Amino acid sequence: MSANLSALFYLISGILFILALRGLSSPETSRQGNYFGIAGMAISIVVTFMSLGSFGPGFIYVIFFLVIGGSVGAFIAFKIPMTAMPELVAGFHSLVGLAAVFVAISAFLNPEAFNLGTFGNIKLASLIEMSLGAAIGAITFSGSIIAFLKLRGIMSGAPITFKGQHLINLILGLIIIFFIYYLCKSQASNIFWSIVLISFLVGVLLIIPIGGADMPVVISMLNSYSGWAAAGIGFTLENTALIITGALVGSSGAILSYIMCKGMNRSFFNVILGGWGAVDQTSSTAAKEQQPVKSGNADDAAFLMKNASSVIIVPGYGMAVAQAQHALREMVDVLKKNGVKVSYAIHPVAGRMPGHMNVLLAEANVPYDEVFELEEINNDFANCDVAYVIGANDVTNPVAKTDPQSPIYGMPVLDVEKSKSVLFVKRSLSPGYAGIDNDLFYRDNTLMLFADAKKMTEDIIKSL
Amino acid sequence: MEIDPFIFRLSIFILSIFIGYYVVWSVTPSLHTPLMSVTNAISSVIIVGAIIAALSGSSESIFETSSIFGYLAIILAAVNIFGGFLVTQRMLQMYKKKKK
Repeated sequence: MSANLSALFYLISGILFILALRGLSSPETSRQGNYFGIAGMAISIVVTFMSLGSFGPGFIYVIFFLVIGGSVGAFIAFKIPMTAMPELVAGFHSLVGLAAVFVAISAFLNPEAFNLGTFGNIKLASLIEMSLGAAIGAITFSGSIIAFLKLRGIMSGAPITFKGQHLINLILGLIIIFFIYYLCKSQASNIFWSIVLISFLVGVLLIIPIGGADMPVVISMLNSYSGWAAAGIGFTLENTALIITGALVGSSGAILSYIMCKGMNRSFFNVILGGWGAVDQTSSTAAKEQQPVKSGNADDAAFLMKNASSVIIVPGYGMAVAQAQHALREMVDVLKKNGVKVSYAIHPVAGRMPGHMNVLLAEANVPYDEVFELEEINNDFANCDVAYVIGANDVTNPVAKTDPQSPIYGMPVLDVEKSKSVLFVKRSLSPGYAGIDNDLFYRDNTLMLFADAKKMTEDIIKSL
Repeated sequence: MEIDPFIFRLSIFILSIFIGYYVVWSVTPSLHTPLMSVTNAISSVIIVGAIIAALSGSSESIFETSSIFGYLAIILAAVNIFGGFLVTQRMLQMYKKKKK
């Protein structure tokens, strides 16, 4: 196949990938979009084989490894529980990053295969592109591994900070840039390896200071990085499909990071520099501990909800941890039978990744037209009888609107306190991830339900 | 003077960033998780580089260092491609409308 023809096919792949993302603008078109994506991928792979022409013995191995990787991927895709999506995505990002590193290494060792010159005499532009691709890929890899470990709970979600952290990162970043420059002059392979190694280190150092609740930003950011790494490799390989995809994924991750940061009213740099919750604010919490709290049991909650005409459910990460989404749906079914109008309110940063709550609710067969975003539903709290807060905390804290001293001041929150009564399912009075006390606990119209989210919901079903 | 092909690729790249920007803003927030998994899957199109790398060796030595890195990259990218698209599919199938 001629180079021009294959370039056209790669362009088609790129367009199909754009359509794949376009499909996600609504759930109805999304499945079709996914097929476009699969088609684009199939075209890219087949065209690559065709353009290489020779189907030598190596070809068998390629197919063999493709099947092995594919089976592992398919196995994971079918087995993974929906609650584990954040760590799965983080894990997948790490694979893209590492694949980018490997391709870059391969291109560096054997540039003839990619028409980039000869070993020790690689074209300047290609050298910059491949070392950038390798560096970003390596950062994506090790950063995603740390994110994976934190999300999986293997590593503590608490931020790890030490003195001079940012300075070290900055210096390492500058070293990478200097090494890329030096690599262009010397073409020395040990410089190339050093770039890769330092980038692995930078990835680790970048992610360890970021706490568990900021994971939505981290995952989005790593998503973006994996895109830029792919684009870097795309430039090296002079491959349109890869350049288009890299740009799409890169901007997609960047937009998601932006949305997540906005959901927390924090700047991107503020999140990246990390250490939220490490701020000392014991002074304000100590006084509030003494306030009286109304607590109730499942029967009280059932009574309130049965007699309500409208209920809004506010799910959060706690629902995912307790796997309470199915029980929740059952509870809602019973309520609906009693003529109660039920809707769900999702905060942009609820959970550990963008859209986390929506997927869990969808898994529990909650129709997506009952699930609303913050802006869509926030005015409805004033007319609602009961807000059922299950596993969410900081995203409901009225302090964000009233107390300029609070670290979450200015963060958009769900106005649950405006509803006639608030049922707050929580295991204890402990503050949320932001480390701030929730004013809502002490309001007159709040009834605390101290229990595991799933167990409480099941108990409510029983007494309904 | 002839234009360097790099400029064309750069143009494609920059225009694609703009396309990505508008397309992703139109993605409904409830599908943000599938968006991440599908972008993950499509970025594994890096497999084309892996295939070229793997098949770069001569027929006598299929397992040169550069090819081995290619094979490894193929495995990683294949996990992502199949895993990414299938898990996206699984998620999207769960999104249902209210039964009327």
